Amino acid sequence: MNPRRVAVTGIGVVSAFGDTFGEFWTGVASGVSAIRPMTLVPEGSVRFPNAAEASHFDPANHFEAKQIDFLDRFAQFAVVAAREAIQASGLKIVPEIAPRTAIVTGSSAGGQATKDEGFHHLYALNQRVSPLTIPRVMANAGASQISKEFGITGPAYTVSTACSSANHAIGQAFWMVRNGVVDVALAGGSEAPFSVGFLKSWEALRVVSPDTCRPFSRDRHGLILGEGAGILVLEPLDAARARGAPVWGEIAGFGMSSDAHHLTQPLADGAAQAMRAALADAGTHPEAIGYINAHGTGTPSNDPTECQAIRMVFGTHADKLLVSSTKSMHGHALGAAGALEAAATLAALRGGMIPPTANFTDPDPACDLDVVPNHSRCAEIEWALSNSFAFGGLNAVLVFRRP
Amino acid sequence: MQPEPELASRVVAVIAKTQKIPAESVTIDKTFAELNIDSLDGINLLFAVESEFDIDIPDDAASKIRSVREMVEGIEKLLAAKAAAS
Repeated sequence: MNPRRVAVTGIGVVSAFGDTFGEFWTGVASGVSAIRPMTLVPEGSVRFPNAAEASHFDPANHFEAKQIDFLDRFAQFAVVAAREAIQASGLKIVPEIAPRTAIVTGSSAGGQATKDEGFHHLYALNQRVSPLTIPRVMANAGASQISKEFGITGPAYTVSTACSSANHAIGQAFWMVRNGVVDVALAGGSEAPFSVGFLKSWEALRVVSPDTCRPFSRDRHGLILGEGAGILVLEPLDAARARGAPVWGEIAGFGMSSDAHHLTQPLADGAAQAMRAALADAGTHPEAIGYINAHGTGTPSNDPTECQAIRMVFGTHADKLLVSSTKSMHGHALGAAGALEAAATLAALRGGMIPPTANFTDPDPACDLDVVPNHSRCAEIEWALSNSFAFGGLNAVLVFRRP
Repeated sequence: MQPEPELASRVVAVIAKTQKIPAESVTIDKTFAELNIDSLDGINLLFAVESEFDIDIPDDAASKIRSVREMVEGIEKLLAAKAAAS
């Protein structure tokens, strides 16, 4: 079978902007940051006060009481996003399609808030640990619940590669659809990192900003944690057109690499290798790319390394690229990051509106690209990249194409 | 100014323990680079030092420490501030 072109026909998002893709894109396109004082953990329990929490999210709006007990927040996010994506795609998971449909989700930490609470009961309160702990904690809990709810019986699994999880998940699903392994895939990621134990671990690593996330700015002080989920519905482009489905755009290529270098320090060569692999997989060339949704965490070391990698791949064309980090608005949602950024990139291409790098103050000579500071920009762009680079040096890059 | 000897030897002991290197190899004039202390090692070391001396080292100060001497002097300042506050 010849490789098939792969369309995105549905997008679902839970984020700090709201429980829908529409609210997410309205927020990101307007360039207003959703970073706020944290509410999900007691005030003063960690050094950094701000985050991009899905603070409006009320499980009771989406699940029955008993179901809530069985799903950690990260899995709830995944299910809510999947429902929106499937509904938007107009796809009915009928018995003929169910075994030909895949689910690939990404999550860095799984149900770590459940684990935190369970072990607090054990170690601090000398109480028993709930029997629901294991099924709530497992990183595939979201994928499993989506499968059950929609009767999807094809390949279903979860990828955990820290901050690259969702891009790895989407890339795997894309390849399955392209190569005819399945005819439909739900792919993305979800994360819910706001528990005291997990936040204290981030605090100890000294990479979280004390104020906000300012990617590519000279005075950046680190990342801001976010949460949520993004799920895409992938189908062969021909099939999507034949059934009159909405087409948000195409996933055109996927590339991966490993730095083989350091646990936390990024390496430009590894990032560049993943971008080159993604371009080759898409059968396109660097000069075709007009926009990069950057990994852009806002840490001192990521941003200049990423800019260096972009220059290695794009040469003089780098000066024509628009490069923005939407993490400045929706936070770093870890295993969901790539999925939120895929949603932003697809909407940007289709709408001809490139979201900005918000909170930008002062240019850094080590990040001398057009980072679309503070205001979104109208631009008709056909091809874009979305970068994810994980701790542990694992890189995953997706190529998107306008419909 | 020479740092207070007991303080310096406690810092050396913490560095030796976290870096898994002989204490004799850690002298006051060594840089972190010479001791192969990279960014993650440095953060791990700060954590151990905070526990050893019961202090909080702020992120902005932490990122500027590049040698054993700078670390000892930073700790002296934080301990003095702590003593003054109590």
